[in-house]
Amino acid sequence: MLTYIARRILQGAVVIVLISVGTFFVIRLMPGDPTYLLLGEGEIRISQEQMEAIRARWGLDRPHHEQFFIWAWNLLRGDFGDSLIRKGIPVRQMIFEAIPVTAILNVTSLALALLVAIPAGIIAGVRRNSSFDYSTAVGSTLGVALPNFWLALMLIVLFALYVPRWFGDLPLIGRIPPFGLKSWQGYILPVLVLTTEQMAVLTRVMRASTLEVLTQDYVRTAYAKGLPNTIVLVRHAVRNALLPVVTVIGFRVAFILSGTIVVETVFAIPGIGRLFTDSIFRLDYQVVQSLVVVLAVLVVVVNLLTDLTYAIIDPRIRIN
Amino acid sequence: MTTSNSANLNQQISATADSRSEWSQAWRRFRANRIAVGGLVVIVLLVLMAIFAPLLSPYDPIDEIFRGMRGGSPTLAHPFGYDHLGRDLLSRVIFGTRVALIVGLLATGIAVTLGVVIGAVAGYLGSWEDTLISRVIDTLMAFPIIALLVVLAAVLGPSLVTTVVVIGVTGWARFARVVRADIMSLKATDFVTAARAVGVRDWRIIWRHLLPNVMGPIIVLATLGIGGIIILESALSFLGLGIRPPNPSWGGTLADGRAFILRFPHIAFFPGLMIVITVLAFNFLGDGLRDALDPRERD
Repeated sequence: MLTYIARRILQGAVVIVLISVGTFFVIRLMPGDPTYLLLGEGEIRISQEQMEAIRARWGLDRPHHEQFFIWAWNLLRGDFGDSLIRKGIPVRQMIFEAIPVTAILNVTSLALALLVAIPAGIIAGVRRNSSFDYSTAVGSTLGVALPNFWLALMLIVLFALYVPRWFGDLPLIGRIPPFGLKSWQGYILPVLVLTTEQMAVLTRVMRASTLEVLTQDYVRTAYAKGLPNTIVLVRHAVRNALLPVVTVIGFRVAFILSGTIVVETVFAIPGIGRLFTDSIFRLDYQVVQSLVVVLAVLVVVVNLLTDLTYAIIDPRIRIN
Repeated sequence: MTTSNSANLNQQISATADSRSEWSQAWRRFRANRIAVGGLVVIVLLVLMAIFAPLLSPYDPIDEIFRGMRGGSPTLAHPFGYDHLGRDLLSRVIFGTRVALIVGLLATGIAVTLGVVIGAVAGYLGSWEDTLISRVIDTLMAFPIIALLVVLAAVLGPSLVTTVVVIGVTGWARFARVVRADIMSLKATDFVTAARAVGVRDWRIIWRHLLPNVMGPIIVLATLGIGGIIILESALSFLGLGIRPPNPSWGGTLADGRAFILRFPHIAFFPGLMIVITVLAFNFLGDGLRDALDPRERD
């Protein structure tokens, strides 16, 4: 077990190093000189010396590999540098302000998705070919095919345009704002969008694994012992059927983060995803490269944790 | 020499006979699946729409601007209405099919080719090549692909070619993973040992004996992947890093619609609907192919 964990951590570290080297050099191929962006729009007369001074201040005059090692060493010490564009603001602060927003969004939607997907998948699997099975199949097929940015826009049209027009303010919720996070209602639409896709995928997984488990010998044995249906389902079938869901969640962290990037941009939510696209367009090297590494670390850690959880809760897994 | 030749011939004859009956069996199973056939029909219609876009679209998608009709609602002459600049939305959506299909098919082609070659090399050679390739696969699979696409598209400058290449070059990992695993297990089978004992060269073993056995799952995975790639392309165009305006693409039109979502909601509605229809068609086709090519996986 310990060697397995050690090996996985080492593999994860390799992945993170590969990603940071890759991003650092790819970003430096980007067209456009951030020095000009620093100066702002318009015709600003600037001497060659001033230009050099700015480049020296940001270390842009050094060779690329030197810039990389300086950056990597600072990262290891927890210093993410300052934003090139938003002057003087540490990148660390920007990222740490954005993380809770993204975390709330995604944890809430994942929890909601599981809350629906697990029972729906079980029922669909147990009552195979029933009308419930067919309707969840239709629902999850649609959920996978809907681009999240389109779903987001259509929900904005529905809840910010038509619902107020037809029904006025909703009870308890009031008016749902189309963009931003000024009040808690701002979370409703993005959470709904992010939940839809996860729900669709997880329902499928849960249904498939329920079907799989129901054919196993131990389920037949449990029935043969004369156990009532609910006990067999809850104690023997569902417990085992949940295992693949754990793996899929770990496997989907990358997809979830992809979804956040698009959805946060649509809803103008100040999370990791929005910070990422904004920084790309502003050529803010410091922010982009640090964010990429943060995302990579996040994915690697979550993957490791799910694999370990899996190994711990399922004694059948033999780690070699 | 003669014996080995005739044995080879026999093997080839039986191989063709077997594969023919296998493919025709698969085709029979596929035909019986109405949803999958429906998906195929929709895809054929979309392909025709892309090819004959200039004949089908009532107006010019770029140059014909109707004055005073910015964001105009659908009418009989303009069933999808006008876009934010006063162009006919139906024509733009019809031309957008071209981008979606070109990117979906070409990028998948690149990804499958790279994935099969890289996966076959890793699975067949094993040793350090396999370790290195496996780490790269892990890295690509672990990383939020849209972040990678955004960075690469920003670096290379957004265009149709960039979009195809970038999506293709980052998407091979899942194909490589399947091919690698399959090749590794096939490598241990008797027919490969036999081929090697007769002195068949490595590349020929891979090409003639191993790859045909992996094609089924790859075709299925590729078809199921096309829908996801079309969504990726439109997400990229939506973020402003895909197809450049004024060229019509579904994602780009969606992005135009986003800016006016509360004033002219129809602009974003129609291209999104087309994306959903296209993605569903490819997913249905893929599901049908999976059931037809690998009856064991049927649920």
